Amino acid sequence: MTVQNPPAVQRSISRNGLLWTLVRFREAGISVFILILVVAVTLRAPSFLTVDNFEDILLNISILTIVALAQTMVIITHGIDLSVSSMIGLVAMMVAFVLKQNPEIPIVATVVLGMALGTVLGSFNGLIITFGKVPPIIATLGTLSIYRGLVFYYSQGTWINSFELPRSFKLLSKGTPLGLPNMVIVAIIVAAVVYYFLNYTRTGRDIFAVGSNPDAAQFAGIRKQRIIFLVYLISGLLCGLAAVLWVSRFESAQTNTALGFELQTVAASVVGGVSISGGVGTVPGVLLGALLLGIIQNSLTLIRISPFWQLAAQGLLILIAVISDKWILSRVERTGK
Amino acid sequence: MSEHILELQKISKSFSGVEVLHEVSFALRTGEVHALLGENGAGKSTLVKIITGVHQPDKGEIFLNGVPVHFGDARDSRQAGIAAIYQELSLFPDLDVAENIFAGRQPLTLGKRVDWRKLYAEAGKLLDSLGVKLDLKQKARSLSIAQQQMVEIARAFSINARILIMDEPTSSLTLSEVADLFRLVRRLRSEGTAIIFISHRLEELFELADRVTVLRDGSYVDTKSMSDVKRDDLIRMMVGRTISNLFPKQDVPAGDVALKVEHLGRAGSFHDVSFELRRGEILGLAGLVGAGRTNVARAIFGVEPATQGKIQVEGREVPITSPQQAIALGLAYVPEDRQLHGLIPAMHITSNISLPMLHQHARAGWLRDRSERKSAYDAACQMEVRANNIWQLARELSGGNQQKVVLAKWLSTNPRILILDEPTRGIDVGTKAAVHGLMSKLAAEGMAILMISSELPEILGMSDRVIVMREGYVTGQFTRAEATQEKIISAATQNVSIGNSQ
Repeated sequence: MTVQNPPAVQRSISRNGLLWTLVRFREAGISVFILILVVAVTLRAPSFLTVDNFEDILLNISILTIVALAQTMVIITHGIDLSVSSMIGLVAMMVAFVLKQNPEIPIVATVVLGMALGTVLGSFNGLIITFGKVPPIIATLGTLSIYRGLVFYYSQGTWINSFELPRSFKLLSKGTPLGLPNMVIVAIIVAAVVYYFLNYTRTGRDIFAVGSNPDAAQFAGIRKQRIIFLVYLISGLLCGLAAVLWVSRFESAQTNTALGFELQTVAASVVGGVSISGGVGTVPGVLLGALLLGIIQNSLTLIRISPFWQLAAQGLLILIAVISDKWILSRVERTGK
Repeated sequence: MSEHILELQKISKSFSGVEVLHEVSFALRTGEVHALLGENGAGKSTLVKIITGVHQPDKGEIFLNGVPVHFGDARDSRQAGIAAIYQELSLFPDLDVAENIFAGRQPLTLGKRVDWRKLYAEAGKLLDSLGVKLDLKQKARSLSIAQQQMVEIARAFSINARILIMDEPTSSLTLSEVADLFRLVRRLRSEGTAIIFISHRLEELFELADRVTVLRDGSYVDTKSMSDVKRDDLIRMMVGRTISNLFPKQDVPAGDVALKVEHLGRAGSFHDVSFELRRGEILGLAGLVGAGRTNVARAIFGVEPATQGKIQVEGREVPITSPQQAIALGLAYVPEDRQLHGLIPAMHITSNISLPMLHQHARAGWLRDRSERKSAYDAACQMEVRANNIWQLARELSGGNQQKVVLAKWLSTNPRILILDEPTRGIDVGTKAAVHGLMSKLAAEGMAILMISSELPEILGMSDRVIVMREGYVTGQFTRAEATQEKIISAATQNVSIGNSQ
C-alpha cells in the first residue's frame, strides 16, 4: 500500500581514483614484495645491490624465464606441462651428443636442432592431450618419465663434459657482444615475442578464451583443440631453445639435467599471477615471478642462510609472496567496489 | 523453396543411444520472429545446437536459402550468418566486455595485429546503439547476469547475423530490459533478420512472435501462426494436456510468526528491511533484478550476514552469521543460480541431496550409505525428479530436473522456513506447475515460504502477501487482495511503462 522513495544511493568510491588505477596494475602486489625483499636483503648484505650481482641474477633466471613463459601459456589454457624438465634434459643430451661428434657444425644449427627436437616432443604431448583426450596433468606426468627415461637410454648413462664441447658453443650463452650476456638478451626477445603473441594476435587471445571458458570458445568458433595442441607445441619449442642454452651455460649434459625444473617454472608463473584455473596471466607478471625466484635464490646465499635451510626458505618466501599478493588484491578490490 | 531462409527436414539426433530428436522439421522465413516452444527436454536446445553446427544431425537435411548445407562446427554456421545466444551464458569471465563481444574475430590491422583501439571503439558504438551502458574494460566475471546477457546480445548483433537464435533471452532481464530487447528484436526483424526465439513466457511470445513451432518429447508437433492460437492451445500442444491452474496457491490460515526481521540492513546492498513471515504463508518478494532481494535472502541465511537490524526465528532473536546456523534453525535457501550456488554438477543426485545434512547420515565421522541413499531417494521421489537413477550426475539432468534436485536437497533438511529465489526461472510449464503445487502443499503443511520472483504472474498467483523492493529499500507492501500488476510495477520502478510484460 505504502510506496516510498528510497534515498539517493551514493557510490562509495569512484572508479577513477588512484586506488583503482593500482588495482588495474595487476602486478602491484608482487612488485611491492620484490622491493621490500631487495631493501631487506641489502640491509643485511650490501653487496646484493650491485650491478654485477644483478647481472648474475639475470643470467641465472634467463632459462627459467623462457620456460616459465611457455608454462604460462599452457596454464592459461587451464593445462599444465610437467614434462618441461625432461624435454630440456632429453634435448640437451641429444644436442650435446651431436656437438661432440660434429664439433664443426655452426652454432645456429644447434639452436635450430634443439628447437626442432623440442617441437617434436611438445607436439607429442599435444597429441596425447587433444587426440588421446588425456588430462594434461596425467599426460605430461607420463611424458615426464618417458622423456627422462629416453635420456638414460640415449646416453647409456654417460655424460657429456665441458672438454667435449666446442668453445664457441660455450660462449653462445655467456658471450656479451651486446653488453648483456646473450642468454639474457634471448630471454628478453622471447618475452617480447610472447607478449606480442598473447596480446596482439588472434591466436594469442584465443588462448585466453579457451582457458576462460572452453565451451564458449567453441561456440565462438575458436578451434579449441588446435589452440591446446599449439600451446604444448610452443612449450616444447621453447624447452628446446632452453636446452641448448642450458648445455652452453653449464657446459655439460647430464642424465639429471634440469631435474625438478618443472616445479620452478610453475612457481614462477603462479607467483607472477597466472591463475591455475586458467584464463588469467600476463608476461610482465611472469617476468616478475621469475625475478623474485632469482632474487630469493641469490639472496639466501648472500645472507648466509644455511644450505640445509635454503630450499625450505625458498618455498616459504614463495608462499608469503603469493598470499600477500592475494591479500593486497582482495583488500583493494573490496574498497574499490 | 527460397521463401525459407532456413529449412530443416526430418532431423534426428541421438546421444548415447537415447533419441532426443525424432524427424523434426522446421522452416524459418526472412523477417519473422519464429518461436520455438516445448517443455524442457523437448529437444529445443539440441535443435538449436544442430542449426549452429555444435552438433551434427544423425539423419535429415539442412537447407540454407534452398541449398543443402553441412555445418561441421560453430565456425561454419557463423560464417553462414547464424548467431546464437545460448541459455547457458557463454561469456569469457576473464576477458573484458569489449573483447567478449569480439572474441575469436577481433578486428585486425593490415599487419594482422589485433586492433585494440578499433575493438574498443566498435564495442562502444555497438553498446550505444543497443542503449546499453557498460564499462568496456570491466571483466565479464564481475557483471550481473542481466549485464552478461546484454554482452551476449551485443555479440550476436555484431556478427550482422541473418539468422539470430535467442534461447531464453529474457529469463533474467528486468521489465525495462525486456522492453529494450523487444524493441531491438523488432528493429532487426524489420531489417530482414530471421529470428528464432525460445522462451517459456508465453505472454512474450504473443507480444513478439509471428509464428510458433511446438516440439514435444523430441518430436515435431505443429507450426502455427501466433494470431491463430490461444495460450491454452499452446500449452495443450506442449504438454499434450491442459494445465488448468498454473498458480494453485491454496488458502491456508496463517499461523504463528516463523520469521521476523526488523530494520535489517547491509552496507552497500540493502537498508531498513522489516517484515514478518507466518507459518503457512507465502510471502512474495518482488522487484527488479538488482533491487537487493537476493541480498536480503542471503543475509537471512547467513551467507552475507546483515550488519544492521535483528532477525527473529520463531520468536527468538538470533544472530545468523553462517549458513550452518541458519540450517540448524530450520531455514533452507534455494538460490537463484542453480548451476552456481545450488548444485554440484559433477556429483550424483544422491550426494547433491544429502549435502546439507551429511552429519545426519554420519556416525563417528563415517557416512552411512544406506541412510544417505534412502533419504535422497525419498526426497527425489517426492519431487518427481526424472532421472535414470539416483546415481546420475547432476550435470546430465535438464534444467527443470536440476531445479527439482535443488529443492529435494533442501526439503530433505526438513526446514520450517523456506527461502526460494526465482524458483521457476527458466523451467518449463509442466515443471513449473509441479513446483508451484509443491509450494502450495508445503505451505498448507505449515511451512513458511519467502519467495523471490521477477515474474509478476507468479508473484500475484502464489503470494499471500507481497513486498516490493527497489534499490535496496522496501518500497511497497500489499496483501493478496490489494496486489495488482500496476501497483507492484510502480513500486518497483517509476521509469517502466506498464504493459511491457503483457
